[in-house]
Amino acid sequence: MKTMCLAIPAKVVKVQNGKALVDFGEVVLREVDISLVDVEVGEYVLVHAGYAIQVLSREEAEETLRLWRELLEAESSLETKQQRVQNA
Amino acid sequence: MLEHLRFRNPDLAKRVAEKIRETAPKKDVVKICHVCGTHEWTITHYGLRSLLPSTVEVIAGPGCPVCVTPASEVDEAVALALKGVVVACFGDALRVPGSEKSLLDARAEGADVRVVYSAMDAVHMAEKEPDKEFVFFAIGFETTAPSTALEVLRKPPRNLSFLVSHRLIPPAMELLLGIGDLNIDGFIAPGHVSTVIGLKAYEVFPKAYRMPTVVAGFEPLDVLFAIYMILKQIKEGTARLENEYVRAVSWEGNIKAQEIMQRAFDTVDGQWRGLGELPSSTLKLKEEHAAFDAREKFGIRITSGRDIPPGCQCHLIMIGKIRPTECPLFMKACTPQKPVGACMVGIEGTCRIWAKSQIK
Repeated sequence: MKTMCLAIPAKVVKVQNGKALVDFGEVVLREVDISLVDVEVGEYVLVHAGYAIQVLSREEAEETLRLWRELLEAESSLETKQQRVQNA
Repeated sequence: MLEHLRFRNPDLAKRVAEKIRETAPKKDVVKICHVCGTHEWTITHYGLRSLLPSTVEVIAGPGCPVCVTPASEVDEAVALALKGVVVACFGDALRVPGSEKSLLDARAEGADVRVVYSAMDAVHMAEKEPDKEFVFFAIGFETTAPSTALEVLRKPPRNLSFLVSHRLIPPAMELLLGIGDLNIDGFIAPGHVSTVIGLKAYEVFPKAYRMPTVVAGFEPLDVLFAIYMILKQIKEGTARLENEYVRAVSWEGNIKAQEIMQRAFDTVDGQWRGLGELPSSTLKLKEEHAAFDAREKFGIRITSGRDIPPGCQCHLIMIGKIRPTECPLFMKACTPQKPVGACMVGIEGTCRIWAKSQIK
């Protein structure tokens, strides 16, 4: 779905003159403008309306998964005694 | 990214939904507001509201750029098109209603209106046809504004100018907090706008308004985790700014993009469809770029228009005051095929998203 505030992640395959060929996971490579970011081949960018607006890294993606695990594993220490009784 | 499959793990979704149920208040209803059409799409498309307990309500704020563009600015684009200027616009700007006509109506009358995917396309068109005057109707929030700024700073061809209609998200969020009976308890801030403006742009919400604020991504799990993070803050009685979307959003945001925007634009007060004038909420090309400002070049300035057609409830839907299904026109007089209001036109409009998901 192409909407105006959605940006789509793509892998940078080739860089030339402020433009890059990127792979959206489709067969065809597309050209996007990379003047708004500093990016190298092999990195992922968020592409919005033909322009890369941010660089993503694998480590940051891992960081999201780590944050989620941490949130799920955190003991809900705030749960009151009363609620525990209710849940029982 | 290849990792996206893990971002849709059903087991994780089940577990976070459980956490939400545990953390949600048992009696009082909390209202969480997002301000992004893509968040509304994720929530509606994946049926996330059905996973939430009855005490958690998620409402959609003014997060559809096409919807919030006032009729007066569409009227300016229509007037230019009817004057013989080629108007290039994004796909869903074509049908957004002006006071009387949309750009599509103008095209039906013979005007040359072309759909483009990016500002770059408009530049290429103008280069290829130097004998014609081109105007790019630049709609969009902070995600789109840097690309317009970039093309202006690159000195586009002389036959191209810009009808700048960019709007800023934080002022719209502040407006929502000023509406007394809306009673918002927390914000989900828009992920992709935030990749540009950074977490820092929302500091005011927890600090000055004591409003829990979480920047979130667009996978269903991103949204569920953001809801959980807000509920946790509410339960703890605190208001913090948190980042769920760490894989794309930093505290500073994209500084390069921010600098380019600052070189091209001044921030000025501006009209939003159905919401009136919001202070420091729109962008205007700086005086030194006046040659590329379509309003200056063609001496056109329309300051008022008819934003809301009779019966349409767009102004209430855009602030999350009512749901689309509460509008008497929804899926009766107003459908995606024959839209009445802007919220049914924009791909990110709440009515359009609900219609496409067949919510009745």
